[in-house]
Parts: sequence; C-alpha cells; structure tokens
Amino acid sequence: MNANALLTRVRGQIPLLVTSVLLVSMFTVGSVQYDGFFSGQVLLNLLIDNAFLLVVAVGMTFVVLTGGIDLSVGAVVALSTMVSAWLVERHGWPPLVVIPLVLLMGTAGGWLMGWVIHTFEIQPFIVTLAGMFLARGLCYTISVESISITDPSYTAMAQTRIPLGDLFVSPSVLIALLVVAAGFVVLHYTRLGRNVYALGGSEQSALLMGLPVGRTKTTVYAISGFCSALGGVLLTFYMLSGYGLHAVGLELDAIAAVVIGGTLLTGGSGYLLGTLLGVLVLGLIQTVISFQGTLSSWWTRIVIGGLLFVFIVLQRLITARRR
Amino acid sequence: MRQQPVLEVRGIRKEFPGVVALDGVDFRLFPGEVHALMGENGAGKSTLIKVLTGVHPADGGEVVLAGQRVRIAGPLQAQQAGISTVYQEVNLCPNLSVAENIFIGREPRRLGLIDWAEMRRRATELVCTLELDIDVSAPLDSYSIAVQQLVAIVRAVDVSAKVLILDEPTSSLDRDEVRQLFTVMRRLRDQGVAILFVSHFLDQIYEICDRMTVLRNGRLEGEYLTSELNQVELVSRMIGSELAGLDQLAGGKRRERSAPATDRAFLEAEGLARQGSVEPYDLAIRSGEVVGLAGLLGSGRTEAARLLFGADHKDRGTVRINGTETDLRSPRDAIAHGIAFCSENRKTEGLVGELTVRENIVLALQAARGWARPLSRTAQDKLALRWIGALDIRPGNPEALVRNLSGGNQQKVLLARWLITDPKLLILDEPTRGIDVGAKAEIQKLVADLAEKGMAVLFISAELEEVLRLSHRVGVLRDRRMVAQLRNDGELTPERVLATIASGAEQ
Repeated sequence: MNANALLTRVRGQIPLLVTSVLLVSMFTVGSVQYDGFFSGQVLLNLLIDNAFLLVVAVGMTFVVLTGGIDLSVGAVVALSTMVSAWLVERHGWPPLVVIPLVLLMGTAGGWLMGWVIHTFEIQPFIVTLAGMFLARGLCYTISVESISITDPSYTAMAQTRIPLGDLFVSPSVLIALLVVAAGFVVLHYTRLGRNVYALGGSEQSALLMGLPVGRTKTTVYAISGFCSALGGVLLTFYMLSGYGLHAVGLELDAIAAVVIGGTLLTGGSGYLLGTLLGVLVLGLIQTVISFQGTLSSWWTRIVIGGLLFVFIVLQRLITARRR
Repeated sequence: MRQQPVLEVRGIRKEFPGVVALDGVDFRLFPGEVHALMGENGAGKSTLIKVLTGVHPADGGEVVLAGQRVRIAGPLQAQQAGISTVYQEVNLCPNLSVAENIFIGREPRRLGLIDWAEMRRRATELVCTLELDIDVSAPLDSYSIAVQQLVAIVRAVDVSAKVLILDEPTSSLDRDEVRQLFTVMRRLRDQGVAILFVSHFLDQIYEICDRMTVLRNGRLEGEYLTSELNQVELVSRMIGSELAGLDQLAGGKRRERSAPATDRAFLEAEGLARQGSVEPYDLAIRSGEVVGLAGLLGSGRTEAARLLFGADHKDRGTVRINGTETDLRSPRDAIAHGIAFCSENRKTEGLVGELTVRENIVLALQAARGWARPLSRTAQDKLALRWIGALDIRPGNPEALVRNLSGGNQQKVLLARWLITDPKLLILDEPTRGIDVGAKAEIQKLVADLAEKGMAVLFISAELEEVLRLSHRVGVLRDRRMVAQLRNDGELTPERVLATIASGAEQ
C-alpha cells in the first residue's frame, strides 16, 4: 500500500479514534473523581438507559451516510409510544399485535418521506421536518395526557434483568445490540449498504454507475422510520407510558451521537461502531453530571453542544484536506 | 471488407426548447476502432453522447446495437445494452475503495452477502490486465485523477465490453498520463472494443483515432478516415465555410488597420497562466489598439480574458497596468483599474432580464459608486437616454424590460453599461454571437470608433473575418495555449489564421 493511500485511510478513522480516546478518558476521569463510578454496571447502565437512543441512532446513521438527515425520529418515537399505550390500554389489543403494527407504521412513514424526498427532489430537512410536526401532532389527537401502561408483558419487559455474571442488562439492550449488529451486516455486506455509501460519496456518480439511487434513498428513510418505531417500543418498555411529550429533541441527540461517532454529515463516510461509541459518550456525559451531583442536568446539553462544535470542525478539517 | 458496425445511429433528432441540438445525425462505430467525434462546443457532441448513454431520450431516429434496434431509457439500460461511458469528471465514488468502484452494483456475493475477498481478487486481476499497479482496497481518492480515470475505464469495460465512450478524458491529464491512457485504449481496441473518443486536442485525435465523425450545428458534416483529412481541413469543416458571407453584407472591405499612435502598452501580461484553464501567455494591449483573440471554442480564449479581468485567479505570471505591476484579485479590482468585461453569456452572466434598460445600464456605474451614494432618478434617466441614443438601442424606451429586446439590442445595453464607467480597456467576449447581421455591423463599427478614441479593446470572436476586420493584432489560441500573435498588416487572411490554429505554429 502506498503512503498516500495509507494516509487517506487513517484520515477516515480519525473521528472514530478521537471518540474512543474521549470515551476512555471520560471513564477514567470519572473513576478517579467519583466513588462507585468504576464498575461494570455503570457501563451497562449506559446501555440500559440509552438502548432506545442507540436504536434510533442506527437508523439515523443510515440516513446521514447517504448525506441526508431525518428530523422526524423523536416525534415518531413519541407517536409509537402513544399508539402502543392507546391500543394496549384503551383498546386491549395484545402486545404481539400492537408491536408489529407500530413497527410497520414507522417503516411506512419513513418510506413515504423517502419517496417524497426522492420523487420531488426536496431537501430531506424540510420533508422530515414536516414529518416531525405531523407525528408530534398526531400524538395529541390520541390524547393530550400521558397514558400509563399496566399490561403485564410490558411490565415484564421493563423489569426483566438478564444476568451477566454479577451484572445485568435489560432485554432492550439485547434488542439494541442486535439492531447494531444487523445494521453493521447490512452496511458492510449487502449491496444496499454499499449503495448507501456510494450515494453519500456522490449521488451523481451513483446514478451514472447505474445504481438504484431512488430505491436506496427511500429504503434508508424506511430503515430510519423502522428504527424510530422500534426505539419507541423500547421507550415504552423503559417508561411504561405513552406520551406526546416523550423524546422531545431526541432527533438532535441521535444526530449528535452520529456526528460524535465520526460519520460525516456530508455522507459517504462513517461506521455504526462509531455511532455506538457516540451514544455511549452522550450517556457518559449524563452519568458524570449525575455523579457530580451539584450541576444541573442542563449541563449535559451544554457539554454535548461543545463537543458537537469540536467534532463538526474536525469533520470540516478532514474533508477540507481531502480536496 | 469491414465487418458490421457494432453501433449505428440513424437520423437521430433531439430538440430542447428553442434549440435543435441534433438534426438527423447518422453515426457508425465499428468494433476494434477508435473513433473521434469532432465539432465545436454546441455542435451536438455532448447531446449525441447523452442520447447514446440514455441521459436524454432521442426525439427521433433509431439506435442499432449489434444489428438490433434498441431503446435506451437510462444509464443502466445503456450499460446493460453494452454501452459504457467514462466522463470528463470521474464519475466514481471517491469514498469507496478501488475494488468497490469497479464492482459496485455487481458485487460478487456468497450466501447473499458480499464476498470481499473474491471482489478484491477479481479487481486485482482486472487492474493487472491494464498493467496498473495499484492497491485495490485503498480508497479511490488516494489516487490521482489519471488513475481514477483508468479505474473508471476498468469498470466500464468490465460492465460491458462492446462500446466504450470516452468523453474528454484527457482534459485534466498530463502528458505521461495521456500516454498511459492511450496504451490502455490501444489494448482495448485490439481486444475488439469499439471506442468513441471525444477530445478538444487535435494532436491527440490524430495520434489515437482511426476514423472521425464531424458535427456542426447539430448536423452531420461528414465521416472521414483520419489519414484522409488533414488538420486544416478538419478545422475548416468544424467551423464551416459560412464565414466568408458576412463581409459583403456588412458592407465594405476589411479596413486597413493602421497601428495606433501610442507605443506604450495600457496592459501587459507576462507568463499569465492558470492550471487547467490556460497555459502561460504574454499579451500587451496598447490604448487605441484592438487585439483579437482567435481559436476554436474551448481553446482557452475566454479563459485567457477572464484572467485579465480577475474573474479567475491566476496561478502565475504578472499583469502590469500603465507600467505598474498590479494584482487583479477580483473583477472589482479590474473595474477599479478601468477594465470592463462583456461576457459571452449575456443572459446568465451579464444582463438582468427582469430589469429595465435604464436599470441595466446604470447597474455597473451604481456598483462602482457604492450603494451608499445612489444615482438620482433624473441622472439615471439622462444617462440611459444618452446611451440609448449613442448606441441606437431599440426600442428607445428606457423603461422597456431587457428580456423583451432582441439579442443585438441586449448586447448594446450590456455595452452601454460598461461604457458608462468609461473603461480604459474593454474586453468583448463574443459580442456578436447570435445577433443579426445589421446589428453585428453596428457593434463592429462601435468597437472601431471606441478604439479610435483611445480605448484599448480585447476582441474575442469565433468568426475569423470579424476578428480580422477589427483587430490590429490577432492572438491565436489552440489547446489552451497562445500559439502565435499575428500582425494584421492587411495581408493576414482567415486562411492563414486557420492554418495557424490547425498546425499550432505561426504560418
């Protein structure tokens, strides 16, 4: 391999590297500063508390890799909790029917947005913004109040602890990790996944190379819709309620996780592993601040904001070098 | 006896709103040949390629591929039918590896999953057949444009090896890279691939091509063996013989252009150049002198002028204005030094069609004054009326919308806009293109009068007669290089300029 090729390859990994270093150093500092921070369970709790975010961020990664963006994810999560709670509690539908239905709904919604984006060549920002308002609004047509869920299968999912030696995780964590694994396989070992990267690299080229650009585009938004709905389902396991004000601003957390995870917002470069690390970084910030005790939770936002700036500038430097 | 053509196009027709881009063009391509598609910009080359690759559907005519009529509905269908294209800009994904770029959309799979090892192995094999030594798992953008282009060719040939279209592949390559490309092309030709090659560089055409098809104004001019048509004949076929006509119509024979009184150059450019746009050239323009630039479309005429105006950044060289070295970083700088530039695209780069004649005329002056000091309406009206009178702009209504004016009158409005700023050097890029003969003569007369009154003029036109009629000196460009500067001593003929363009050396 020539030096230039090596350099280009390494450059693509820089954000991922920075995120890993950040994660390890944050954990080290936390462990030194606070008692009880250094434990496996603190790490696992990161996953337990952020399983739904991780799933949503996986979908977001697909979209961002094509160079798009999906602002509707938070609202779709909320709508999914709302529809689940409403059907299960108010109408007594069995969860085994409700959950697939909700997933189908999210997928169809995402597919529709992708179709509009592709067919009418509209900015994804605008289309998914419309999708966001629509989904959030639909929540309130069901109920303006929170609907709590008492269904035994939901409470079972909320309370089940899967032991790992002395430690434990929730079923949601397993589901989320499964989604990450599936996403990884799709991105790296299927034509769909490679088309996603190609599309993000250059849409014009992808078109001229005869790749199915339209189908790929609609599919990534459908995947994001599916992941949002699944994230919503996991959130109902976690919160045991459906509410129109659930997951407000989640889309921004998901985008932040993707960006901190090293995926370029311009598309074409990034890894799902990075997104996993990004979610963990976001979770760790929250954990550190809660361990700190005196800082208000708004500091989480401030730190995330600062990090985002740093990472976006880093991205810019990397892409500018490339030219 | 030659075999059947692998690709035959009969009577192809393509219209865009208001333009017939291709008018009944026939075209044949045989297996195992390199065929050049020649013509000036706008002759229909790109349109023909886009029809063949399915980017634009044809409005009429038929495409016969290997003896069968085909309908090409899109890039994918073209590829499946056996026509692959490599464009001027490399249309691959820079973020993916070389191997992926070759195989994307057709990746080898095992159990439904991409078999990366197999893909790398096959990519290495393909790359080796073209004697390229590159690591196929490295990202594409770690290699030079030339290598990327060759990767694109590898992909194109592997997708379908019947017809390969190369659209201006050499425009950003250096000499050695071109040689490497040609080696690859010859190897493919010997394997029986039919190659359609488009290039502005005549030398390259003569080096690599067996036959050529010449288009002019959307029509077929002819099909020739490269060995039977020399460069001068080719150039005159590309330009056409219609240039002779205007002279009589405009009235009067070409003026004897006596040299201007002053000897001091208003502007001197030395070694001015910009990578990929124009090679180093020297040019001096004196006050009261008209310097013409001649050359084929795409030869670097406009690019040379844009450097003088600061519209493009120069890579090297110096510009002296009135003997002082001046760095023209932007059109604003150039305007401040008394340089005006009438662009060839008067619709897109010059005039604002939705504004009135008056508003268009005062635009540059207002910009020069700065928006803090607006011209009063009465001042505007006075200026507009004066210049409408001076240039005989019709209709003589300053409130008419510019888009409703004829091409010639629009050109005059654009001229008025620049003249109002009282420039020392006026650069005119194709000022008479697309306007009728009468208006043409008027604009030519105006240019001559302006020069007489001491203005320096750089006059760019595709019509050699026109250049010769106006210019004291003519700079000849070819393949982005200023190959000669000819004194217009009354004996300079269009034929001699043409010969200079064709041969690349002073005749």
